[in-house]
Amino acid sequence: MLSQAFAITGINIRSIPERWGSSLVIVIGLAGVVAVFTALLAMATGFESTLRATGRADAAIIMRGGSNAELNSGLDRDATELIEQQPGIVAGADGKPQASAEMLIIAELIRKDDVKNGANITVRGVEPTAFALRPQLKIVAGRTFTPGLRELIVGRGVLRQFQGAELGKVVRMRGSDWTVVGEFASGDAHDSELWTDINVARSTFGRNGSSSVLVALDGADGLQKLKSAVAADPRLTLDVLREQDYFSGQTKQFRKTIGFLAGVVTLIMALGAVFAALNSMYAAVAARGKEIATLRAIGFGGLPVLISVMIEALLLALAGGVLGALTAYLLFNGLSVSTLGQNFTQVVFNFRVTPELIARGLIIAVVIGMIGGLLPAIRAARLPVATSLREL
Amino acid sequence: MTRSGFVIANLFRKRTRTILTLLSVIMAFLLFGLLQSVNHIFNAGADFVGATRLMVQARVSFTSPLPISMVPKLEAVPGVARVAYSQWFGGVWQENTPLFVFSVDPLRYRDVYPEYVMPDAQWQAFANTRTAMIAGRQLAEQYGWKVGQKIPISSNIFPQKNGSKAWAFDLVGIYDGKDEDWKKRTNVAFISHDYFDEANQFGMKGRTNFFILKLSDGKPAEAVSKAIDAMFENSPDETKTQTEKDFNLGFVKQIGDIGLIVRWILFAVFFTLLLVVGNTMAQSVRERVPELAVLKTLGFTDGSVLGFVLAEAAALCLFGGLLGLLLATTLGAMVEKGTGGQFALRLDVSVWLIGIAAIVLMSIAVGLLPALRARRLRIVDALAGR
Repeated sequence: MLSQAFAITGINIRSIPERWGSSLVIVIGLAGVVAVFTALLAMATGFESTLRATGRADAAIIMRGGSNAELNSGLDRDATELIEQQPGIVAGADGKPQASAEMLIIAELIRKDDVKNGANITVRGVEPTAFALRPQLKIVAGRTFTPGLRELIVGRGVLRQFQGAELGKVVRMRGSDWTVVGEFASGDAHDSELWTDINVARSTFGRNGSSSVLVALDGADGLQKLKSAVAADPRLTLDVLREQDYFSGQTKQFRKTIGFLAGVVTLIMALGAVFAALNSMYAAVAARGKEIATLRAIGFGGLPVLISVMIEALLLALAGGVLGALTAYLLFNGLSVSTLGQNFTQVVFNFRVTPELIARGLIIAVVIGMIGGLLPAIRAARLPVATSLREL
Repeated sequence: MTRSGFVIANLFRKRTRTILTLLSVIMAFLLFGLLQSVNHIFNAGADFVGATRLMVQARVSFTSPLPISMVPKLEAVPGVARVAYSQWFGGVWQENTPLFVFSVDPLRYRDVYPEYVMPDAQWQAFANTRTAMIAGRQLAEQYGWKVGQKIPISSNIFPQKNGSKAWAFDLVGIYDGKDEDWKKRTNVAFISHDYFDEANQFGMKGRTNFFILKLSDGKPAEAVSKAIDAMFENSPDETKTQTEKDFNLGFVKQIGDIGLIVRWILFAVFFTLLLVVGNTMAQSVRERVPELAVLKTLGFTDGSVLGFVLAEAAALCLFGGLLGLLLATTLGAMVEKGTGGQFALRLDVSVWLIGIAAIVLMSIAVGLLPALRARRLRIVDALAGR
């Protein structure tokens, strides 16, 4: 029986070039579904992996209680200094606790493809320790800022999407000129930021504390020690979060929104593709009515006919799926875009078409192909031999 | 049999095929309608603005507050009729639901936004009660707030003097919009800036995120904006002044390249659809070559045969397209209702117009080739099966 099924399938597939049109409908229809599905989820995956890469497991970020985001948080000078004296923080090379008080300022830059609307960009005022806390961050052009001067270094992502912060350019903030003296790459969310010296930022913006403090944790129980010490201190109302958790937590809403969009769009498009596939396969079966009846008359069973139609539908669907995934990969993989993140500033990230996404797209294609092939296959298997042969 | 009857009868000679094609057209236009309305939110959300107003913010970004002492200076600029200000409060309802809450000067705000209507007594109560809050009708209905209640709202930014971020306000009024557009914009609550500034631990120290300027009639917004920005140039509080419309547009644009991605999807959907329907039409013409030849033999002109085939394609696209758009409208309304008006997925007239244009375009694109083929048909060849 299996050899019968293969024999018929072989005939079917060899005859596909003769009915290019209707076969192409299945291929293109599924390519569309898979391309859209893959592209949308590649966006969510890209955003997620950028933020995931940002946090360290052995560092903690400390903000004012109930802030949710660094933008909302504010710590006065006393609190900032007090935090750095808490237990659970590892000592740096200089013997002082490895902690960086950081101040978040938002500046506006104009998108490359725009002329007037500004987008919010994070400017992070940092202490020198900030670089030791983020070893992945490297200066790739120019030099780092000089403490005490109004100088900025710019992340690679900012340069990809926005104008006006290129090396050597001057950015205006609060009536003063800030020169961009260096470019850095970190491969994570900091690529979407500009950095400067926190003390210069403090004096320019008339603030004396910080937005958050980032600390390196001392051993596996460092976080717990730090948390309980902070909770026990009546002078402090703080949230202490593992840095990794803080950044991963920011992806939930985006994932949910894009997941919903992808779900709805894929479902509707998939339904459309199923109808199209049904149409084509019915047409294919009808066109081959006499052929199938002849096969049945010379002894081929109904089941091999059914299987052969199914295999044809599946192969066409798979071809469409591969084409769609390839299209999504070529058009979207690595595409750099930006959207609003937790701090109400732009996060620049790249689309990521992962093997897992492609596999999921192909599974969808195969399922649609199965549904689209089943009914026509049943009709083919049940074709009354005598009437079909008489039909001209 | 009339000509239109003939077209319809032809459509139903292969019932399964027609229904399946119709269903794919419906699906495509359902998606088209929904995506187009999402696109619409991103592109044209700012179209709607009442009177000409200007928004003044710090040049560095609107998160850096400006001193309220700027109010008299702004009011002295020729062309400025009234100045209001507002400050983001970072409101949070219960566990973690963010709310739009701004602190404002009540009577100034009322003057600048006449589109919001509320009984005069409630405006007075808002102005005269320190801990007062007013809420939009949509917001009040969503959470069941009644005038006279004490509403607990937390701030994720500002602690009170005692360190607690849990605030509570007396709801003294519920405002509504003056027309349909503004009624949909009543999901914001306002509190009194004086109280907020004095009761919060850090103090805004007399600062606020935005000034909103109402212009005197006929004054050019452009000139006033330039005059204001020039006035504060090189001060620590440099300003950026733009029309409310531009501000809203810029705000929406911050969400990023979603519009671009939506257009890509639309393109993919349409391409797919074109192929599906086009192929079906081509097939149905192919199968009917002898029939069309008979029609021509009977004396139908080349033109009317072309017309038959085109009409068939148009009927499929029109019927499927309209049904799809209708379905999208219903679904969009359900989404809008389900999210309490937060996500206004409305298929308004402009989306329908674009949809209808797409239907016409598609009818021509898928019908033209088969129709031309039908027109070119030579009777002898067709009847001989060549």
